[in-house]
Amino acid sequence: MSRLALSDEILMGIEKPARYIGNEFNMVRKNPDEVDIRFCMCFPDVYEIGMSHLGIQILYDTFNRREDVYCERVYSPWPDLDKVMRVKDIPLFSLETQSPVKDFDFLGITLQYEMCYTNILQVLELSQIPIYANERDMDAPIVIGGGPCSYNPEPIADFFDAFYIGEGETRYDEVFECYKRMKTSGCSREELLHELSKIPGIYVPSMYKCTYNDDGTLALFEPIHDDVPKTVTKEVVMDFNDVHYPEKPLVPFIQVTQDRVTLEIMRGCIRGCRFCQAGMIYRPTRQKDVKLIEDYALKMISSTGHEEISLSSLSSSDYGCLKEFTYFLIEEMGNQHVNISLPSLRIDAFSLDVMKKVQDIKKSSLTFAPEAGTQRLRDVINKGLTEEVILNGAMQAFYGGWNKVKFYFMLGLPTETMEDAEGIPALCERVAKAYYDIPKDQRNGKISITASSSFFVPKPFTPFQWAAMLDPETYIERAHHVKDTFRQQLNARSLRYTYHESYVSVLEGVFARGDRRLSKVIYDAYKSGCIFDAWTDFFDNDKWMEAFEKNGIVKEFYTTRERSEDELFPWDFIDIGVTKNFLLSEWKKAKQEIVTPNCREKCSGCGAAKFGGGVCFERQKKD
Amino acid sequence: MSEETYKIRIKYVKSGVLKYIGHLDLMRFFQKAFKRAGVDVAYSQGFSPHQLMSFAAPLALGVTSEGEYFDAQMNSLVSSEEYVRILNEQMVDGVYVKNVILLPEKAKKAMSIVAASDYIVSFKDDDDLNYQFVRDLNDIDNKESQKKSDYNKIIAVVPQLLKKDAIEVFRKTKKNEKVEDIKKGIYKLELREDKIYMFLATGSEYNLKPESVIEALCNEAGVPYNKFDYQIHRIETYYKNEKGQLASLLETGTKITDPMHN
Repeated sequence: MSRLALSDEILMGIEKPARYIGNEFNMVRKNPDEVDIRFCMCFPDVYEIGMSHLGIQILYDTFNRREDVYCERVYSPWPDLDKVMRVKDIPLFSLETQSPVKDFDFLGITLQYEMCYTNILQVLELSQIPIYANERDMDAPIVIGGGPCSYNPEPIADFFDAFYIGEGETRYDEVFECYKRMKTSGCSREELLHELSKIPGIYVPSMYKCTYNDDGTLALFEPIHDDVPKTVTKEVVMDFNDVHYPEKPLVPFIQVTQDRVTLEIMRGCIRGCRFCQAGMIYRPTRQKDVKLIEDYALKMISSTGHEEISLSSLSSSDYGCLKEFTYFLIEEMGNQHVNISLPSLRIDAFSLDVMKKVQDIKKSSLTFAPEAGTQRLRDVINKGLTEEVILNGAMQAFYGGWNKVKFYFMLGLPTETMEDAEGIPALCERVAKAYYDIPKDQRNGKISITASSSFFVPKPFTPFQWAAMLDPETYIERAHHVKDTFRQQLNARSLRYTYHESYVSVLEGVFARGDRRLSKVIYDAYKSGCIFDAWTDFFDNDKWMEAFEKNGIVKEFYTTRERSEDELFPWDFIDIGVTKNFLLSEWKKAKQEIVTPNCREKCSGCGAAKFGGGVCFERQKKD
Repeated sequence: MSEETYKIRIKYVKSGVLKYIGHLDLMRFFQKAFKRAGVDVAYSQGFSPHQLMSFAAPLALGVTSEGEYFDAQMNSLVSSEEYVRILNEQMVDGVYVKNVILLPEKAKKAMSIVAASDYIVSFKDDDDLNYQFVRDLNDIDNKESQKKSDYNKIIAVVPQLLKKDAIEVFRKTKKNEKVEDIKKGIYKLELREDKIYMFLATGSEYNLKPESVIEALCNEAGVPYNKFDYQIHRIETYYKNEKGQLASLLETGTKITDPMHN
């Protein structure tokens, strides 16, 4: 029996001990004494969530292909184990070798959502690594962050030695070589970080200083050394067909959130929805060759034994060879008893045909994400979906036997009026009415429509980065009104409406566009017991409010304040390709209700073509 | 499903860290292993087809075993040796396939015929306590020596327990707790060196968990029962054969030497 970090007594006394023992099929085994660099990869949430994340599987595979690197994993211990570890003074350990995280060279933390920030502090503290980066000495691992939230890393900048901005596949070799070179030279931690900061895509917060204006906005943000770059350009994989992809992903024992093969078919999105950060930061759009993904699909099913395969992309319907690939999957996976899950498909004749083949119509529902209730507001957010398209798609589906529809909306979008909010129930009602207009013998019983609203959070690197977030009181009022309006509809009994609570969204709003001054708030909230904030059962808004108050920080400065066009943002030092000018012109067009065509229709000169790719770039090359 | 399927029975070992993997998760593990190995298992019909597989006698979390079984229905067969070889290529530390046998056409599911299991119960000693990072060693030492002396008291009562007219323990049922005489479920109880061997009724007719017997021993010895102090290890799972004797589930079928279909 391999040695475990936790005793039998502890493991038998906690929920799901399988979270902490490693040993999964396809786990990489190496002798840690025989490598130069030990890298511990962390998803700061519970195992089942973290193991479902594709990005870590990609980097785990990429790093472990190097003979001189051993990449292991760690996830947030659930509160039951957290307690035991504190009482018994057990340092947090990696799953593979069950050895202390503090002994690693790197601790890489993926930042997928703002509400994991306190969990980062938990991982650091349980690892017995100083929480603040400036308190770490040469013995502590280099704590490096990456992932979507690193596009505005400032609220957590004080806890990290470095951030990797952009797609992880490209620069880690340079990071590792630099680390090896510096480690043997016997340099100080600061000298090492200084060197790392010169690698493209690497942002070392301690190499930059910032000052603020009297009104609280950022006055200055600049490097403290001449040889540290003023802007950090995000990293992009430009040869998307020639990049590592995990052909043998880890197969967990316990059921995880995404218990399936995930196949990435495309990165980036041509749509340009103005609220969507992913749509901007992953530009330009790149897609994988269909033969390549067909090959991956077969290899990954046979290397994992998973019984489901799912496609990953921001908008699968925009994948060039979707038909070819989908019919290939139906043919091949059907023979192997593998289920196919096709998220983010537009509802049309093709997708309905596919859904009929891969799902049980009785159980499945149609999903639409109009995001806003009126065409006016959909134009503001540049969501191409029209009511006509929704009704057409729905009607085709109804004649095909479907009778369940799900709608996703947002409330609190810029320029939103009461009329826009009332558009949500009105749209649902019209879909219900259209259903009941179908002769009884041609429809399938009662219709069930479920609509839900989330509270819109403006994100950096979107045209709405200047926008004010709605205040939570007005949001709740508006949501109540929408709910009341739902009740007044003729077909109210077929309609169901739910809306998200406001507290968590407000915090997301603070951190999404926050600055370095927020680190104290996160620290204090964590110290007062905040952890697993993304989990409703654990989220404690009062403690957060106390932490803001204690530090004299007004959250409305970050949320409900509309920014002026010339404001310097904490994230402006990052260059994502898409220019601030383009985002600003989109913000202005939004306010004028002018839509922008998608990248395939027409290039709008967003700036991402500078990486030498994307549909616009390819077209220009052809012309 | 093709008209004709074959029933096979797989005997496997569950040990080491795999004891922390629950019964349902282990079942999923085998389903995935079957798929990776590319064995020709039969599936149910419908939109979410699943492999036709069923387990004999679920093992509680924390218990290890060298005599576990599950049944599977196959569309075609390979030899027993080939099954063992290709399945073991898909295993991880702590689990491996020992035997694969072919069942007669009308064989009942393992789950329905299981009648008994035998176990070795040992005291979890220092070697099993895989602490890497314990700070307060004195505290551990004290606890350990107390536990050890309790265990010695238990060992001392092993020979007497079956001589009693009734062995009463609290048993939890779905609805309530009640006192029950478990003596009829204990076929054998003896010391083997410093470990306790027990042969107990298992299955639908009468099911006695080894934990209940340990609890009875603790009661008899007058020491507190702490279920984490003992390592339970199942040796074999049995059924009642035509002669009414308890025999290993491995005897319910035959080795596959000449597969009829490939």
